[in-house]
Amino acid sequence: MAQMTLIQAITQAMDEELARDPRVFITGEDVGKRGGVFRATMGLIEKYGPERVVDSPLAELSIVAIGIGAALADLRPICEIQFADFIHPAFNQIANEAARFYYRSNGQWRVPMVIRSPYGGGISGALYHSQSVEAFFAHVPGLKVVIPSTPYDAKGLLKSAVRDPNPVLFFEPKKGYRAIKGDVPEEEYIVPIGPARIAREGEDISVFAYGMMAYYAEIAAEQVAQEGISAEVVDLRTLAPVDRDAIRNSVMKTGKALVVYEDNLTLGYGAEIAAIIADECFEYMDGPVKRLAGPDVPGVPFSHPMQDFFMPNPNKIADAIRDLVAY
Amino acid sequence: MLLDWYYQMVLIRQFEETCYQLYQEKRITGVYLHLYSGQEAVGVGALAALEPRDHVITAYRDHGIALARGVDANTCMAEMMGRKTGTSGGKGGSMHLASREHNFWGGYAIVGGHIPLATGIALSDNYRGEDNVVLCFVGDGATNNGYFHEGVNMAAIWDLPVVFLIESNGYGMGTETHRASGQPELHKRAIAYGIKDGGRIDGQNVIEVHQALTDAVAYARKNGPVLIEAITYRYRGHGVSDRQYNSRLRDELTEWLENKDPIGILERYLTKKYKNIEPELKKLIDQAQRVVAASVEYAESSPVPTYEDLISNVYV
Repeated sequence: MAQMTLIQAITQAMDEELARDPRVFITGEDVGKRGGVFRATMGLIEKYGPERVVDSPLAELSIVAIGIGAALADLRPICEIQFADFIHPAFNQIANEAARFYYRSNGQWRVPMVIRSPYGGGISGALYHSQSVEAFFAHVPGLKVVIPSTPYDAKGLLKSAVRDPNPVLFFEPKKGYRAIKGDVPEEEYIVPIGPARIAREGEDISVFAYGMMAYYAEIAAEQVAQEGISAEVVDLRTLAPVDRDAIRNSVMKTGKALVVYEDNLTLGYGAEIAAIIADECFEYMDGPVKRLAGPDVPGVPFSHPMQDFFMPNPNKIADAIRDLVAY
Repeated sequence: MLLDWYYQMVLIRQFEETCYQLYQEKRITGVYLHLYSGQEAVGVGALAALEPRDHVITAYRDHGIALARGVDANTCMAEMMGRKTGTSGGKGGSMHLASREHNFWGGYAIVGGHIPLATGIALSDNYRGEDNVVLCFVGDGATNNGYFHEGVNMAAIWDLPVVFLIESNGYGMGTETHRASGQPELHKRAIAYGIKDGGRIDGQNVIEVHQALTDAVAYARKNGPVLIEAITYRYRGHGVSDRQYNSRLRDELTEWLENKDPIGILERYLTKKYKNIEPELKKLIDQAQRVVAASVEYAESSPVPTYEDLISNVYV
């Protein structure tokens, strides 16, 4: 087993998939010569050449759209959107073309592509380098949405995403790129898209999270464990299609549910998790389903104190756990 | 006038290099800081061609534009440090300086996103029968996305008074212009849109920039959009965290610094033309240093925002 960071695991996954399948190629802004703004594609152009690691102009709409075209015509593109905040011009292409193609052609065409993008706040990126956009895409049937929180999952899930015959949005918690480290096996493996991961077992309360918030939830669970609270942390990993069984099984056991996400509260992805629990676990509940998320303001501001007020963190999660357990 | 331009360029350089230093010392936080060092003549020369009633809009490399437009260095620096007294109360930071009273519509972090806004601002003035001009700074990298095409084309069909000034600094982030643009002579796109081609100008010579923009602004005020391309160069990476810059481009940088530095070019011009002007220039440099030092002090002694600030200005 090798210890590596989240971003190293992502690079390794792309490296292995490029080696495995000649149809796989990468495109995006500065992904080639510069190795990507976060260095996710570092070294890949040297290994696979500029035909397979392709620098694009600053044109998100078409980075995605040429990916869709190439995927329809049997390539396996990995399109990098440099920041999730920049993905909006491509929304039409993703929601109207990629998501609907298989359905509207009655199965004649598939769109086997991956759109990778760093997302989330906490790095003083201000309003246009901090966004969480997963809820927009998880709302659209036909898209898969994946967010890893460990290097092991990042590698295994990204490899699955490349092999998946559907369009997969693969959002990476950029604050965790170098902060999150973990073991990654030497040998080949994949992590299937779909199942959630029980990051920590517990009895008193279920905490549902993904990305950086799953990482924080584990830290929070450790904090409250000192006080005798047994919190179960469920890392959802795949947001669409979501693992309803894992949600149900956990809540039936604990009777309490806290959903944590760093997007704005209202209509954020966690709202759907709360709805699933309300719908399917009502008679098992010992308290209200609670959400801990960012406030409903139009962006994560630049200034440190405001950013800290915005972002959930281990202390805020631990407090929310305590409150709900005491209910 | 020339001395004023000299002062503005020196002020911008001093501001930017101080920001660089403050960033290294973590007194300016975050990971995004896009410095204007090297490009000063474009902003200063272009803005000198405008009247106060005209409008200015730019992308994320916006500090120099704000300063040249007359936005107070104190409030700019306070924004860089995320203070309540900043141009945007600390909400925006480096990439989103803006000042309504200066008709400075701000910096924008989404590449190209501001270009159609410029067309819309011009639409408003045109609609109300005013003949103000919008000066829209555009990076070379932004010319390859849909915003540019749509925004310029709509200005063209409605003859709106926008000067689209492309600051061609050679790179869209790390990608050279010729690798990102089928036609790397970007001003030539004017022909395709049926608008005035303002040509390619030396963006390091503030006098040339001013002359060309004076013509372009006069044309736009009467007739409609102009596309003009200033060749320039940034001395720091795309952003300050861009470390690859040094190893890759050292020779290129040296050449620009030594022979094509906008402040150096004006300095040589002034010292040749006016005898014994050096003490005057020195005074302006000292003044710029004092203003920037004071701005740092102002920013650091300003209050930080509160939770109330976080949730303010969501709805009118």
